[in-house]
Amino acid sequence: MSSKLSQAMGLGAGGMIGGRVALKLDPQALRRLCAGRRVALVTGTNGKTTTTLMLARAVDELGLVASNHGGANMPDGLVTALSQDPDADFAVLEVDEGYFPAVAQVVEPEVVLLLNLSRDQLDRVGEVHTIERSLRKVLTDLPNCTVVANCDDVLVTSAAWDAKRVAWVATGTGWHHDSASCPRCGSPIRHDQGSWHCTSCDLGRPKPHWGVDRGDLVSSQGERIELGLRLPGKFNQANAVMATAGAAAFGAPVAESVRRVRSVTDVAGRYRTVSRTGHTARLLLSKNPAGWTETLTMLQGGDHAVVVAVNAKEADGRDLSWLWDVPFEQLRGRTVIAAGERATDLSVRLTYAEVRHTVVPDTLKAIDAAPQGAVEVIANYTAFRDLNAKAANAQ
Amino acid sequence: MRSDSTVQIALVLPDLLGTYGDFGNAVVLQKRLAWRGIPAEIVPINFGQAVPESCDIYVVGGGEDTAQTLAVKHLQDNPGLQHAVRRGATVLGVCAGIQLFGDHFTRADGVTRPGLGLIDSTSHAGPNRAIGEVLAKPLGGLFDGVLTGFENHQGRTTLGPAARPLAQVTVGTGNDGKVEGAVQGKIVCTYLHGPVLPRNPQLADLLIEWATGTKPAPLDLPILDQLRAERVKAAQRTTDASSRG
Repeated sequence: MSSKLSQAMGLGAGGMIGGRVALKLDPQALRRLCAGRRVALVTGTNGKTTTTLMLARAVDELGLVASNHGGANMPDGLVTALSQDPDADFAVLEVDEGYFPAVAQVVEPEVVLLLNLSRDQLDRVGEVHTIERSLRKVLTDLPNCTVVANCDDVLVTSAAWDAKRVAWVATGTGWHHDSASCPRCGSPIRHDQGSWHCTSCDLGRPKPHWGVDRGDLVSSQGERIELGLRLPGKFNQANAVMATAGAAAFGAPVAESVRRVRSVTDVAGRYRTVSRTGHTARLLLSKNPAGWTETLTMLQGGDHAVVVAVNAKEADGRDLSWLWDVPFEQLRGRTVIAAGERATDLSVRLTYAEVRHTVVPDTLKAIDAAPQGAVEVIANYTAFRDLNAKAANAQ
Repeated sequence: MRSDSTVQIALVLPDLLGTYGDFGNAVVLQKRLAWRGIPAEIVPINFGQAVPESCDIYVVGGGEDTAQTLAVKHLQDNPGLQHAVRRGATVLGVCAGIQLFGDHFTRADGVTRPGLGLIDSTSHAGPNRAIGEVLAKPLGGLFDGVLTGFENHQGRTTLGPAARPLAQVTVGTGNDGKVEGAVQGKIVCTYLHGPVLPRNPQLADLLIEWATGTKPAPLDLPILDQLRAERVKAAQRTTDASSRG
């Protein structure tokens, strides 16, 4: 009822209100709702929603799964998802990295997926090294938990280093701009030939159990399975292997997990295609410098028009300094339209990147203004959410 | 400026002090020089590398407490920046920059660390984190127009007699709620991100003038005026909202 109310009032996607009420009524709700279930938590800066959906699909093989598919990843969102599926034996939950320590202590998960850590909304979430230290503390103390961790990410490796049981995954993806210094001792980190190590203490890239190699998953048993994902980009291959390794920790067979992970196409509207006014627009969500960099890399080689939409509401982070951490120079030579509430900031960034562009603040109108045919639309959080809602209404 | 006439812009420890997009300041300087026909290049100096003393402009960004401590140690062990300052090089220090250029700074955990002593100032952790849009009025006729930026810092800074403030705060916190930044010789420090130079082309051109010895020709980029107008309005809205609240 209250979820419908939330949707009717336009307060969001309807994932939050029910949970907020339940938590107020019963502070132990999360603990009680997880008791007796086998729980996996997915956290990290980027890829949480996609990987959670992939893991939930794979674990479906083993039994009923409760999951917060919409990306409502704070405690009240978790309570909502869990109350909707009281009979599910499994819970696969995306958790905001800031809330993760508190949530993990309460639910004592059997599996944790730690995807990656990089700067994100510094004015709201805080600095990434602080996040790493809080994750490290709780992961070290968790009993009976398998941590599936990306060993190509220095901060993730440090956070999982002292955990009781770790499945290391070589994802081939990692943002190095926040890991020049060792998170444990402060000495320089040296990166060479896909590996890395601290120049002073013993922190270094562990030998991976799982990996991605030219589009194939390589399992801990040495099996190679072609991923054949319908979602684009190397980043999603990394997410798929993390999800498969997580499902394996629950006992799911690898080949079956990959088959199920492959079926994921639309993740809460992301990667979805919208047709309007002679345009086929693909909607891509990017929330922080590492995410934007992955998305721009994925678009390289193409020549479709690109609409870039940026807002700076509370949920996006009010500070747009991060625009300068994103290599927009890669868009040179393409048709580019700057959109969103902060189209002017974006236009200044593109001007200094020497990317020719026009400015059309309304994102739907920006799509209409592009040459007919395929259009890539990259948007940050609320710009993406608003566009998805508007595109749905317009169709 | 060097005899080969390429202006060298040193980006100091971007891997430690690049947390808030301050790399953009180096891009702005480089492009504003290049667009006027003056060749310029960005020279990144990473953690673990020696610091050259021959660059024309040094740009230092913001970073976390730990990164800042590491940066000071690295710059003490490799004193190229200090030698360049003695030679009269132009320097922009942002956020952590203002703290690590001072005599000392006291971190949030109470530990006091020596700074580089390039600016007559001391810094300490304030009672709360100052986060939000800032407006400040430039002092001493350095440049025209209001200074705009986004601040996100715990530090508070007190200037000694050899340093003078960059601007007087009208919205936000800056050094202490009253003044913002510091100027000493050809060193400019500020707490402002945004980054600061895309928001304030007048400040960028002042640094270019100091580095090249010539006042640069005007650049006509209306989008910059539009950005400044939008940000000034947004900052004024935040004060209106807080005085109501």
